[in-house]
Amino acid sequence: MNKYSKNLLTFFKNIKNLPLTRSHFTYFPDRNVKKVASHGVQKMNMFQAINSAMDHALEEDGSALLFGEDVGFGGVFRCSINLRDKYGKDRVFNTPLCEQGIAGFAIGVANTGATAIAEIQFADYIFPAFDQIVNEAAKYRYRSGGIFDCGSLTFRVPCGAVGHGALYHSQSPEAYFAHTPGLKVVVPRGPIKAKGLLLACIKDKNPCIVFEPKTLYRAAVEQVPVGSYVSEIGQADILRKGSDITLIGWGTQVHVLLEVADLAKKELNVDCEVIDLVTILPWDRETIANSVKKTGRVVVSHEAPLTQGFGSEIAAYIQDKCFLHLEAPVKRVTGWDTPFPHVFEPFYLPNKLRCLSAIKELMNY
Amino acid sequence: MSALRQIHKVLRCSSNVAAGLSRNIVPIFNAARCSSNVSSDHPSMFPGAKAPFVSEPNFTLPSDYSPIPIYRVMDAEGVVNPSQDPNLDRDFVTKMFRDMVLLNTMDKILYESQRQGRISFYMTNFGEEASHIGSAAALENRDWIYGQYREAGVLVWRGFTIEQFIDQCYGNVADIGRGKQMPVHYGSKDLNFVTISSPLSTQMPQAVGAAYAMKRKPNNDSIVVCYFGEGAASEGDAHAAFNFAATLSCPVILFCRNNGFAISTPSHEQYCGDGIAGRGPAYGIATIRVDGTDVFAVYNAMKKAREYVLRENKPIVFEAMAYRVGHHSTSDDSTAYRSAEEIEIWNTTEHPISKLKNYMKKKGWFNEDEENAFVKDVRKQVLKQISVSEKKLKPNWREMFQDVYHEMPEHLKEQMGELEKHVEAHPDFYPLKNFKA
Repeated sequence: MNKYSKNLLTFFKNIKNLPLTRSHFTYFPDRNVKKVASHGVQKMNMFQAINSAMDHALEEDGSALLFGEDVGFGGVFRCSINLRDKYGKDRVFNTPLCEQGIAGFAIGVANTGATAIAEIQFADYIFPAFDQIVNEAAKYRYRSGGIFDCGSLTFRVPCGAVGHGALYHSQSPEAYFAHTPGLKVVVPRGPIKAKGLLLACIKDKNPCIVFEPKTLYRAAVEQVPVGSYVSEIGQADILRKGSDITLIGWGTQVHVLLEVADLAKKELNVDCEVIDLVTILPWDRETIANSVKKTGRVVVSHEAPLTQGFGSEIAAYIQDKCFLHLEAPVKRVTGWDTPFPHVFEPFYLPNKLRCLSAIKELMNY
Repeated sequence: MSALRQIHKVLRCSSNVAAGLSRNIVPIFNAARCSSNVSSDHPSMFPGAKAPFVSEPNFTLPSDYSPIPIYRVMDAEGVVNPSQDPNLDRDFVTKMFRDMVLLNTMDKILYESQRQGRISFYMTNFGEEASHIGSAAALENRDWIYGQYREAGVLVWRGFTIEQFIDQCYGNVADIGRGKQMPVHYGSKDLNFVTISSPLSTQMPQAVGAAYAMKRKPNNDSIVVCYFGEGAASEGDAHAAFNFAATLSCPVILFCRNNGFAISTPSHEQYCGDGIAGRGPAYGIATIRVDGTDVFAVYNAMKKAREYVLRENKPIVFEAMAYRVGHHSTSDDSTAYRSAEEIEIWNTTEHPISKLKNYMKKKGWFNEDEENAFVKDVRKQVLKQISVSEKKLKPNWREMFQDVYHEMPEHLKEQMGELEKHVEAHPDFYPLKNFKA
């Protein structure tokens, strides 16, 4: 520290400190750890769990490649740290700065049967690759009569709110991709799930996108199985059983809903069933319908905007399959229909209080 | 046969014109490069290429082309090539120098303020001050700027105030951008500086479109300058911009700030071939490469480029070579991928401010006490402004719903109403005291 920054420090100490951001959720770690044969568990945060998954994938499959912008030195979120040293720079490497290139390149790798693990640095920057993903990856098998595919392709894509990311470091674009037959789309809620889902996607015979809530990379810590394992794609997790109302979310929002369930119990004596949808496409309709038939009330909550968010699809399905079981309309608590704003983030997010208000409203309907 | 002869004649003619032009224009734009081993007797009639035929199936290799040279006026000691001295007067050079110093000083403090948690994010411009100031100084303020995110010096030159910079970083009620974007996403209608957006290269085809529309205005006397990094030049939008600018003859300067790094990715992993400048001729665009740490080289070349672009209604590819002395952003620690020794060279003898300082010393235009006082004063202003900007309230939270559309549609009015009711019911839960009522 030089003299100058010392002065600066003194200056900053002397002016009133305004809290810049605050986390909008409390992390609820998974305690249900599946036993993985002959390996124990280890404390890992989410980026370490993802690193461990990719380590397994690269070790188990000599054709597997890992690439993307700044992946070589470990990636901007440190998910690929040390993997270049371990597996060589012909397998773990930087690409030029071009998402459409990354996606197209990954498809080509997968066309040959090799495994491609491609990182798009931020979900907000996936859109130049939209054509490659939507028109190419998703349709390869269909359009070729099944003679060509790119099923050994997985995109890893950091997404979601972080407190100060504003328009272009906060978005949750899962609904755009949910509108694309041929893709599988998953969102982990924490380290255990992130590792299992990533390994499942890598092994899956279809192009998959893993949207990783980036705020969880460091904030989420769990006892993660050290060995290789998969979490089932297309299977929602009932995290808390309840009888009065079903709360559905994915990614970070699951943790908001778990806290809301506690609040609802305490303040309203309402018994919430909390479901992590886990997979956006193809989604677990059965688990949702069964839960809603039991509770008769449902809140779907996501960070992405309301209109045409994935909550719309869930609501439409519920009214179709559970109409006579419903005690109240399906309620969506989501980001507003605006771009994701910087200083207004506390007003934008579907926070616990907005979710709790929705529960109150539905219970009194 | 006569058609062929005509084509041949046109080709010869145009190359003579090009040669004539290059003699008169200093610095020289590399409008075309010749390859050897061709016979020009019977140029082809293919619509896609007017090229001569040859009888050997030889590859044209990257090594057949010599790299586009780097135009430089001043060395590290501040010694200027007399034939290239722009002979700027003392006041002008002092403004250049002080704007560079102001930018550098403000960057240091705002970077620290992010580390202290005062602002959420920051990006410094260290090492690239000359390419900002040298280029901005050669333009007219009516010329439109499409920036990437590391061009704050252009705004400094045009008169964006310390207050405006810092209010934007705080996203407070005085922020022109109304608190919508992260820090350093500046914009100014008054200064013809289009608001920064984080996605890379998206501004490039936009700049080209703006230039095309400008060209069509009667008696147009403005051009467009689009800044972008060498990493961003890998995006598909960069290709679109180069190709549209060339085919649609747009008066735009495509200004590449080649600072050697895209976050951690060094330029040698970003591209092969002769950098970004090397692409210009391939797209049919006049091109120049300059030393981006030499404010006079940037200035001279930009001045010529502006004249050319306006006169010819054609684009220029302009590559300014520099070194990103700072980290990519406050989210990055660049010592994870490069050595401190390497950075040190570019932060001392090769630093653009050091070079201009040496020049001014030689001219007897540098008064150590006055310049120290200037830095001290800038620091004082910036620190004072931080405490002022920090105390300013954020805009009314309802502004979150504004400017999504020209007029707020019904569904957004409903959503705003819903949030109003919710916030009224739970005022303690929201940081209302920090927002304008």
